[in-house]
Amino acid sequence: MELAIALIFAGCALGAGIAMIAGIGPGIGEGYAVGKACEIIGRQPECKGSVTTTMLMGCAVAETTGLYALVIAILLIFVAPNLLGNKLISLISENKDMVKELAEAAAKKG
Amino acid sequence: MKTEPTKTDARETDAPISRRDRFLTRLWLVLMLLPLVGGMLLNLVLTPPSEGITVTGAQIYFTLSLPFENLPAPIRDLPITESQVNSALVLLFLFFFCLFLTQGLRTRGKSARQVLAEFIVEKVEGFVSGTMGAGYDGFPPFVCAILMLSAFSSLLSLLGLYPPTSDINVVGGWAILVFFMITRYKLKAGFGSYVKGFLEPIPVLAPFNVLSEFSTPISMAFRHFGNVMSGGVIATLVYAGLAGLSTIVFGWLPGFLGEIPFFQIGLPAVLSVYFDLFSGCLQAFIFAMLTMLYISLAAPEKESA
Repeated sequence: MELAIALIFAGCALGAGIAMIAGIGPGIGEGYAVGKACEIIGRQPECKGSVTTTMLMGCAVAETTGLYALVIAILLIFVAPNLLGNKLISLISENKDMVKELAEAAAKKG
Repeated sequence: MKTEPTKTDARETDAPISRRDRFLTRLWLVLMLLPLVGGMLLNLVLTPPSEGITVTGAQIYFTLSLPFENLPAPIRDLPITESQVNSALVLLFLFFFCLFLTQGLRTRGKSARQVLAEFIVEKVEGFVSGTMGAGYDGFPPFVCAILMLSAFSSLLSLLGLYPPTSDINVVGGWAILVFFMITRYKLKAGFGSYVKGFLEPIPVLAPFNVLSEFSTPISMAFRHFGNVMSGGVIATLVYAGLAGLSTIVFGWLPGFLGEIPFFQIGLPAVLSVYFDLFSGCLQAFIFAMLTMLYISLAAPEKESA
């Protein structure tokens, strides 16, 4: 049963890490947008204000997918282990006899 | 939230500021700062002491038990969380802030407060007309309210309080409000064309159109919540990391000197400038901007005058 809990925690941590791979996309996208904005400002310094505003808007929208991944990662780190761990622990304490029998059977086999 | 300075309020005299005005200005100033101080005291009193650094959601300050038996569970024992209390405090702060700025308006011999109030109103009006175009004269107060509420909610973390915007329920509420406004503006063109809007470009895509309709408030809420909360989490992690680092580096110092986390002095402030000041204000700006964009996109085409 400790193995099950450990597996849950490990799965949550790995899942959070894998989810954050999604951070690559917004990073590339926003970098491209900012680079283009810098080019434009270099070419036409007089339209700096409106270019900056539009770029920030675009960056915010491009960030959305990354933030979805972030929310999932944070749920996996801070919410899921507690939720699943507590459920598993209460399940174990409810069915103590069954767990004991299973453990004994496993010990006999091994 | 912002009361616009109207001509009728302003006194066209060069008379010195009356005692009543001066008294009221000070009263509003005190009442403006009172919620913030109260919030900090409440935080001090009601937060249980914790060992080490933890990342938690909004704390439940207390639970309201309503005296009705047959209500569903979450309403009967209504939890009043930190984010609810803090957002109410921000609302109070903004209310008295507006009263403070607009007390004793006059057309000549303007005070610094009045100049600031006029600056804010003019800026927001220019912002709204620049983004949405003409014909949305009723919008600047709404947009300014969202902008101020969001910005000051995020800035609340500078006082060590829990920023309400890092609670998904708070920003989710705002996003649902915006969603209702978008739908209302879409319905202005008539119910038939609202339904027809879902069947474009081809009727097969109708389920996806419905989905994208609902993804608007979700993405708005997640964007704001994710940015503010991730800032808080990263700041907490860096803070904990610096404590460990200074224990390693300065641990050999004798006595209590070895226990002082020297690295925690000053360094986290650099992060705070980005995550609390810049990111908080930027997210407020983006939320207001997206609200305006979505609403002006949803509104039926104005007949060209």
